[in-house]
Amino acid sequence: MNRQHHQDEIIEGREITLTIFRYDPNNKESKPHYQDYKIAETPGMTLYIALINILTRIDHDLSFDFVCRAGICGSCAMVVNGKPRLACKTLTSEFTDGKITLLPLPTFQHIKDLSIDTGTWMNAMSVKVESWIHSKEQVDISKLEKPIEPEVADEVFELDRCIECGICLASCSTRVMREDFLGAVGLVRTARFAIDPHDERTDDDFYELIGDDDGIFGCMSLLGCEDHCPKDLPLQTKIAYMRRKMVEVK
Amino acid sequence: MKIVYTDALIVGGGLAGLRTAIATKDKGLETIVLSMVPVKRSHSAAAQGGMQASLGNTVMSQGDNEDVHFADTVKGSDWGCDQDVARMFVNTAPKAIRELAGWGVPWSRIGRGDREVIINSKKETITESNESHGLINSRDFGGTKKWRTCYTSDATGHTMLYAVANEALKRGVVIHDKKEAISIIHEDGKCWGVVVRDLKNGDLIAYVARGTMMATGGYGRIYKQSTNAIICKGIGVAIALETGIAQLGNMEAVQFHPTPIVPSGILLTEGCRGDGGILRDKDGYRFMPDYEPEKKELASRDVVSRRMIEHIRAGKGVDSPYGEHLWLDISILGREHIEKNLRDVQDISKTFNGIDPADEGKKGWMPVLPMQHYSMGGIRTNAKGESPTMKGLFCAGEAACWDLHGFNRLGGNSVSEAVVSGMIVGEYFANYCKETHLATHTLTIKRFLQEQSDYLDEILAYDGEYNIFDIKDEMRNIMQEDVGIFRNGEGLKEAVEVLETLLKRTKQISVGSKIRGNNPELNESYRVPKMIKLALCAAKGALERTESRGAHYREDYTKRDDANWLKRTITSWKNPEDTLPTVSYEEIDIKGMELAPAFRGYGRKGSLIENPLSGERAKEIEEIKKKLKGCDRFELQDALMPYKLPLNFKEKNERVGVGYE
Repeated sequence: MNRQHHQDEIIEGREITLTIFRYDPNNKESKPHYQDYKIAETPGMTLYIALINILTRIDHDLSFDFVCRAGICGSCAMVVNGKPRLACKTLTSEFTDGKITLLPLPTFQHIKDLSIDTGTWMNAMSVKVESWIHSKEQVDISKLEKPIEPEVADEVFELDRCIECGICLASCSTRVMREDFLGAVGLVRTARFAIDPHDERTDDDFYELIGDDDGIFGCMSLLGCEDHCPKDLPLQTKIAYMRRKMVEVK
Repeated sequence: MKIVYTDALIVGGGLAGLRTAIATKDKGLETIVLSMVPVKRSHSAAAQGGMQASLGNTVMSQGDNEDVHFADTVKGSDWGCDQDVARMFVNTAPKAIRELAGWGVPWSRIGRGDREVIINSKKETITESNESHGLINSRDFGGTKKWRTCYTSDATGHTMLYAVANEALKRGVVIHDKKEAISIIHEDGKCWGVVVRDLKNGDLIAYVARGTMMATGGYGRIYKQSTNAIICKGIGVAIALETGIAQLGNMEAVQFHPTPIVPSGILLTEGCRGDGGILRDKDGYRFMPDYEPEKKELASRDVVSRRMIEHIRAGKGVDSPYGEHLWLDISILGREHIEKNLRDVQDISKTFNGIDPADEGKKGWMPVLPMQHYSMGGIRTNAKGESPTMKGLFCAGEAACWDLHGFNRLGGNSVSEAVVSGMIVGEYFANYCKETHLATHTLTIKRFLQEQSDYLDEILAYDGEYNIFDIKDEMRNIMQEDVGIFRNGEGLKEAVEVLETLLKRTKQISVGSKIRGNNPELNESYRVPKMIKLALCAAKGALERTESRGAHYREDYTKRDDANWLKRTITSWKNPEDTLPTVSYEEIDIKGMELAPAFRGYGRKGSLIENPLSGERAKEIEEIKKKLKGCDRFELQDALMPYKLPLNFKEKNERVGVGYE
């Protein structure tokens, strides 16, 4: 999407309409509905700025999740005009007709309005794939660290950039059908440890964690995850990498 | 009455909190970490440029060791830090980074042979040795003598946080997120846990433990412009203050980072300048060498930020709809370097400003302006991380005034402190939890729960004319205006008065939705009074401190006054009805220092009022050095300022080429 192109088109200070899903499951009187908010757009406005604007000026009861507002913490994933995205990195100028519909990210426990619970699922996923280094070696922290080839460290870093925003899950058809499917976030996590020289796990070990339909064999290769990943992680090639390894496990 | 019991309770799930949780869990203590957000979203994740540890692996850091890191840290603090703590820190930092490497943090590694770097905006070739091949690399940062800041591109905090969080999960640390501590439970001067509000549904829960650790981060959001995540409101620090027993240290010591991007205030790492990026003014002129001939763009953050504002005041700022700013130019580093080592910076600049910083020439320059970035102040603790006035209340990381940073923190020392204090304070905290048994009563716990429940009902019943969001904006504006980079008596006096009025006004609001459940306006209504109390501590402390030290700069008292002000500001909130903090001071012991107060080596010269004890101490140090001539540096250090560390943290650190020397 060419941002500059859109910026040229917009008239400064136009009115935009945000149509936002409202519902508080803990409040018996609350019913799911959409609410429209009209605000004046400012240059460089992101959905973070727009939503804070609505909260502080128009509706003090609107719930949503932001933390870093800089695209690095993964808190603010939501469905923007039908696509799962990080709200803080979405510019309102991108929407030429000035109409933006916001829904909470699916596949996670809904808390209220645009607020969801990602922590519970992500922590359980991390435990399920044993998202940590497995090594029998006792590191003596007073001694020189183990040398690692620079290129290998860079490759691990590349996969370590995942921010657990949940967008890959919200983009995944398998996940919609199978609640326990690990999704790209979980599968690529195993790839991250499989290529880390500190981790001594074998393919057999990983098979125990992901060798079923909730794991590597559940992926239908529809690529929704990779299309929407805000960190541009090579999700599909790494899922394929793990699948090739797992298929070979006897 | 909902009560959850555990052995070790940790409030805050960033690096300091999670590393502490590992320390307690490894001692067999049941451990709960409370966090306002999923722990991997904590503000630690936002640390970009790196972690300081004197590994000395790269050719550009040869000769680095604990002594050099110590001296840099003390000078950076403008002699405001606790030198004992600085020593504890520098010896443990290399261990922390090696522990993290073992836990899989993909530190950028050194490749043998030649590589091109930018030094003082010129290309140079450096050659790495065979022995250092594959070891952890480091980059240059402000206020450091050596290239000491280890990194994973510019996502260092993220990779560290994920590794530590996953290690905590591995050990079975219990994490309860979307939980906010809103008061501290205490009895007879001892802390027994916290009252928590469940941010999902509004439930109140008492978490009761043998020991409580606050690792809740900084209070940057009391300022209008801050690089901090929006959760950095300082609530954990405020509830300690509200006990009337625990005290805060140096709340006026607030750091302004030179290069957040305009207007969003999102940080662009110091690594930009560390790797060779430069600052330019409206004429495209590189101005920093005129002000700081030696360190240039890489003087400490307080100095660079002040020089930038000075330059704007001299008419050299770039006009924009958001006010004046300056330029940060990293295009000279080349596209390849930027896309490998500064990729989040590039992403941020492209997304939020439509500027690709790798584009050559003016096109790639990014608009920057100093903004609030770090809270040196926090809950005052002793060197073991425990509040000296409230037993069982520990604190680590940015929330604490431990006090590693004094009046200015060096870049790269924050995530480093978070992990290192999690190790050191975590160990002392774990020991405390092991030795201590619950000596409180359900009646006490019930009283604290009831108090908070009544308070929330009281807020919902307010029928005033103000709204809490406007009060918050006013607080943030006055802090920005009058308690910022340049301060003066008149402005500070006004700030204290306005803040006091605002504090009273927080009871003259009305809250629209009357539900106790998930209610964002109610959240703000109990948070803002707490934030204003912290703002008052900062403003009052700044008003009383009639000198300039580190990040605290008074236009009406421009000199660092060691004769009168080598002391820590202590603020407390004696009675809940008070509308101002009580300020007192804690002397810093010059005679016990390893490094006697002197000029920092950057910043304005000749602006120091000396304390006669400084000269005496300097002489003593010289004599000790003379007497111990021929001894190794460890013996000398021990003679100058002996200090303790738990576990094996005091062991010597091995370095390539020099072993344990």
